[in-house]
Amino acid sequence: MKKFINKVNDVLVESLSGFAMAHQDIVQLHLDPHFVVRANKASNKVALISGGGSGHEPLHAGFVGYGMLDAACPGHVFTSPSPDQMLAAAEAVDAGKGVLFIVKNYAGDVMNFEMAAEMLSVPNATVLTSDDVAVENSTWTSGRRGVAGTVIVEKVVGSLAETGADLAACKALGDKVNQRTGSMGVALTSCTVPAAGRATFDIGDNELEMGVGIHGEPGRRREAMRPADAIVADLVAAILHDLKPAAGAEVLLMVNGFAATPLMELYLLYHSAEKLLKAQGLIVSRSLVGNYTTALDMAGASITLCLLDDEIKQHWDSPVHTAGLRRGC
Amino acid sequence: MNTDDILNAIMAVDQALAAHEAEIESLDRAIGDGDHYINISRGSQVAVAMRGELAALSPDAALQKLAMKLLSTIGGASGPLVASFFMGMGKAIKEHNSSLADVAAAFAAGVEAIRARGKADLGEKTMLDVLIPVSRCFTELTAAGAEPRLIFKELKQVAEQGMLSTRDLVATKGRAAFLGDRAIGHIDAGAKSSQVMVSAVCDLALQT
Repeated sequence: MKKFINKVNDVLVESLSGFAMAHQDIVQLHLDPHFVVRANKASNKVALISGGGSGHEPLHAGFVGYGMLDAACPGHVFTSPSPDQMLAAAEAVDAGKGVLFIVKNYAGDVMNFEMAAEMLSVPNATVLTSDDVAVENSTWTSGRRGVAGTVIVEKVVGSLAETGADLAACKALGDKVNQRTGSMGVALTSCTVPAAGRATFDIGDNELEMGVGIHGEPGRRREAMRPADAIVADLVAAILHDLKPAAGAEVLLMVNGFAATPLMELYLLYHSAEKLLKAQGLIVSRSLVGNYTTALDMAGASITLCLLDDEIKQHWDSPVHTAGLRRGC
Repeated sequence: MNTDDILNAIMAVDQALAAHEAEIESLDRAIGDGDHYINISRGSQVAVAMRGELAALSPDAALQKLAMKLLSTIGGASGPLVASFFMGMGKAIKEHNSSLADVAAAFAAGVEAIRARGKADLGEKTMLDVLIPVSRCFTELTAAGAEPRLIFKELKQVAEQGMLSTRDLVATKGRAAFLGDRAIGHIDAGAKSSQVMVSAVCDLALQT
């Protein structure tokens, strides 16, 4: 393992502290329990709180700020935060209109947020994100994972919450965006959890792992390396199979890097994906390319499609000012 | 059972987990995400550090306090499950001098709390494949008035069988569930750590 580390046990707090220092105009960090809130507390709005294991930066703390989240609760690397973090964050950001938790559908996150919701005295609701089409949805599994599509949910619901919409409306829009969003990822390398000190899985120079999540857990299939267009075709086909957009549907296309793949290659993937979608008669009217939901030092990327409507477009386009995403203000 | 027994069990569990670190980690890397040992040992180390605070409490209060501390320390999927176990056990245990049958009933309440929180059951390639059979056997043998040494020897065997049974299962709960058939042939790391812990507590009981 070769990483910028002082002591393995200090990685999280030192990184969070640096994040808070670098973005002190936007966020404020609380330690023990760990949570990040906006530098200026918002009033008269539903408070949006997300959280999850660390290692996916800028998700979620990077999306705390005007137009997105009110608070984020970072857990240890790839490990869900605990209920005391969510309770302290909720207490700090509740502005009298209730709390909406945005939770990626992983067993640990679901259980910890569920326990926090049970203990919280403030009215609250939860949006579970489950955009990963690599996992087949069936009654036999815990369901699909929440991955990069979570960023779109946080942006769109964050915008609605700024208008003063109530808790039920925010939850309903979050659920709608989640249902209209699908993602699929591919890894070229594994990643190394600092405390583990070695790569989570072994992968050959000429292999790729299709259908990975964002924790270095193996995907569905190990395949031989191929040209980018062929890989993109598989990812897009899986997502379209799931979302089944109508002919001429308008979509948001997101190409998300897992951290170690250069932007140059992410744009190459975007080029390939947009051409393909256009060829299939879809209208790509919104885009996002970059490292938004990462997996430590993994090389690889995911493609996310969101089926747009007027409401989603309006809230996607609205101003946002966070460390990880900023436009219009 | 008294609070001293809980404190001794905490030490035994912590030592046993440390002795099986490499094994648990490699199982989790194969079909999980490689952090199970880190999380569970963070919990056992905090439990060891709490022994002073717990010593003055009755067993039910000690288990409750332990549960809340573990809930805020472990995180991940293990945190709520381990905490639910001790909360369930703490609610069910008698204040003092529990008989072995009382402990079996409290253990069953703890396992039931895990099942309810995790919405999982036997045969899903999780820690419950160890804990449910162990709990059933514990209840049956104490109800039948079996001799304690025989009970603990038997529980160790049942835990071992439960752990090994996860090798051939398709995971339907937990992170390995995302792997489909690829998880077949691998023992579940949570089942392994549970077996290690059950075994450590049984060995402790057999020594005394």
